[in-house]
Amino acid sequence: MVEKTRTPMGRPQERQAPWKDPAAQAYIRIEGVSKKFGDFTAVSGVELNIYRGEIFCLLGGSGCGKTTLLRMLAGFEAPTAGRIFIDGHDMAGVPPFKRPVNMMFQSYALFPHMTVEQNVAFGLKQEGTPKREIAARVAEMLALVKLDGFARRKPHQLSGGQRQRVALARSLIKRPKLLLLDEPLGALDKRLREHTQFELVNIQERLGVTFVVVTHDQEEAMTLATRIGVMNHGRIVQVGTPHEIYEFPSSRFTAEFIGNVNMFEGRVSEDEPGHVLIDSADLGGRIHVGHGISAAPDAVVWVAVRPEKMVLSREVPRERFNAASGTIREVAYMGDVSIYLVQLDSGKTVRVTQPNTHRHSDRAFTWDDCVWVSWHESSAVVVTE
Amino acid sequence: MQISRLLLRRLGITGRGIVIAVPSVWLLLFFLVPFLIVLKISFAHTRLGVPPYTPLWEWTTEHALHLSLSAANYLFLARETLYLEAFLSSIKVALISTFFCLLLAYPMAYAIARADTRWRNTLLLMVVLPFWTSFLVRVYAWIGLLRNNGVINNLLTSLGLIHEPIVMMQTDFAMYIGIVYSYLPFMILPLYSNLEKHDNTLLEAAVNLGATPFKAFLQITVPLSLPGIIAGSMLVFIPAVGEFVIPRLLGGNETLMIGRVLWDEFFNNRNWPGASAVAMTLLLVLVLPIMIFQRYQAQDAGAGLHR
Repeated sequence: MVEKTRTPMGRPQERQAPWKDPAAQAYIRIEGVSKKFGDFTAVSGVELNIYRGEIFCLLGGSGCGKTTLLRMLAGFEAPTAGRIFIDGHDMAGVPPFKRPVNMMFQSYALFPHMTVEQNVAFGLKQEGTPKREIAARVAEMLALVKLDGFARRKPHQLSGGQRQRVALARSLIKRPKLLLLDEPLGALDKRLREHTQFELVNIQERLGVTFVVVTHDQEEAMTLATRIGVMNHGRIVQVGTPHEIYEFPSSRFTAEFIGNVNMFEGRVSEDEPGHVLIDSADLGGRIHVGHGISAAPDAVVWVAVRPEKMVLSREVPRERFNAASGTIREVAYMGDVSIYLVQLDSGKTVRVTQPNTHRHSDRAFTWDDCVWVSWHESSAVVVTE
Repeated sequence: MQISRLLLRRLGITGRGIVIAVPSVWLLLFFLVPFLIVLKISFAHTRLGVPPYTPLWEWTTEHALHLSLSAANYLFLARETLYLEAFLSSIKVALISTFFCLLLAYPMAYAIARADTRWRNTLLLMVVLPFWTSFLVRVYAWIGLLRNNGVINNLLTSLGLIHEPIVMMQTDFAMYIGIVYSYLPFMILPLYSNLEKHDNTLLEAAVNLGATPFKAFLQITVPLSLPGIIAGSMLVFIPAVGEFVIPRLLGGNETLMIGRVLWDEFFNNRNWPGASAVAMTLLLVLVLPIMIFQRYQAQDAGAGLHR
């Protein structure tokens, strides 16, 4: 069977990017939503549009408000302020059992006294669906998650991965338009995670469901999401595609939360529309950025450079800017790449990743080598906050 | 030190042995021995004298062991409808009491389990608090409340709601109040310890799948609390069947309870073998269903693992 599959990595985002289409109607509209528990503000002033067919990841550390936001979508918590629209309907006062939303819980929340079959059938049973139809749809769902032979087992007789799939089948049986997933892969081991990740995306595409996923795992968010909303202290810090979030972080928080980054503090010394020069004591030199930035002259800014965008060399680089010399303090051989921790002459330690393109590594760098670290003027991102 | 430990081990005295020995000796002394004595008496005949029953075995003059087992007491129980009626009536009283205990205890246990953690221990303490007064004093207090010129009747009369006192003492109503009141904590505690462990996300999952909170309660909470319901019901039902004091003090004379029959046989008729036979039958009636039930449960759990 020839089927055009869209892998999570390298999905054709441009072709279907409703968030770039001003005429597109958002499926979920979150308007100025805040939630307070006593004095504690869990979610504060969130504005967010999520479109049909998206896998939207809410990403953030523990206590950032991402789970509270998800629970407000499900109706388990009521917003203190603001409104939530799903498919154009205001959800204020709509109890959770009347929302067109199903949820996959972090703990899976399988009913321990029911078999796999009964667990999956639960949602349909509440609607009074005829028995024969329930049986057919349960069988169809179990086939989808590849649990055909397990219908009569109880949850405690299943492995973690199987339980996860029962939970998924149970939350999909009512054919919801919107599925909320709370740390869907959190309880699985690494190998199973990767496998399940791809399965989730496949199922999402086949059924055309909109997914809102909560996760603290940036890798999970990067591979699953069409777009990521990075959260910190109850606020959405940045919304963008995984690529945008990784390559164009808008703040130090996003840059440091997603992936590894070397952060150089500096002061703008030359501000031109085409380029900027930044004096950085961290680097012990000047940083040249190949585009204009929106910062006042003399303002304190941070320059973020990803480890894989840096180059190690023994010779002095030709460029005067974006380079510093230092000593290799640590080397970690990872197989495909090697990670070097280089202490610059300024005292700051930077992290550099170099691909291992040659099998015989006579020229490889090692401990206490004196090296130059440099990067291209288009590789750095300047953030002001 | 080393040698003495070796010596103890050689004698079969180990820490584990001692730990198991204490409850074993306790059960042997206070359950098995009395049980065997009662069992023995139940196969004897009555006679005038001390003790008021014939010995089961004696040495005849020819130095032969003469054993005389009599099933007469059990046959008498089967023939005499009084005993069957007493059994059935006791079971009926125990069932009704258990039902009302469950009806009252479930919401209470549920409320305690759902209460703020700061309050739970206080609420539990209030459930157990009555145990700190004597049981008899508490039953007598109910007499003070229920009798014709008791607190309740006086209050209703002074409010002008009734002109004649409502007769509550010496009725089934008073007896049920007494039993349900006395055994309520035995129902609340096992229910609470079960309900307290329930995972709230299960209810959220049920509601998320379209069940109203009440339907979620019926389909999730109730079946998951079944072990608590069974444990509590047994703790109430078993002693309620043999209950003697409460029916005697609060109930009417016409309520036939097996406990009262036992008392009459023992103390009024001095029919120790007859009373023992009643006691043995009662034990059998209560223990057999429990054992069958437990066996069934163990099988179910075992099957669940291997299916």
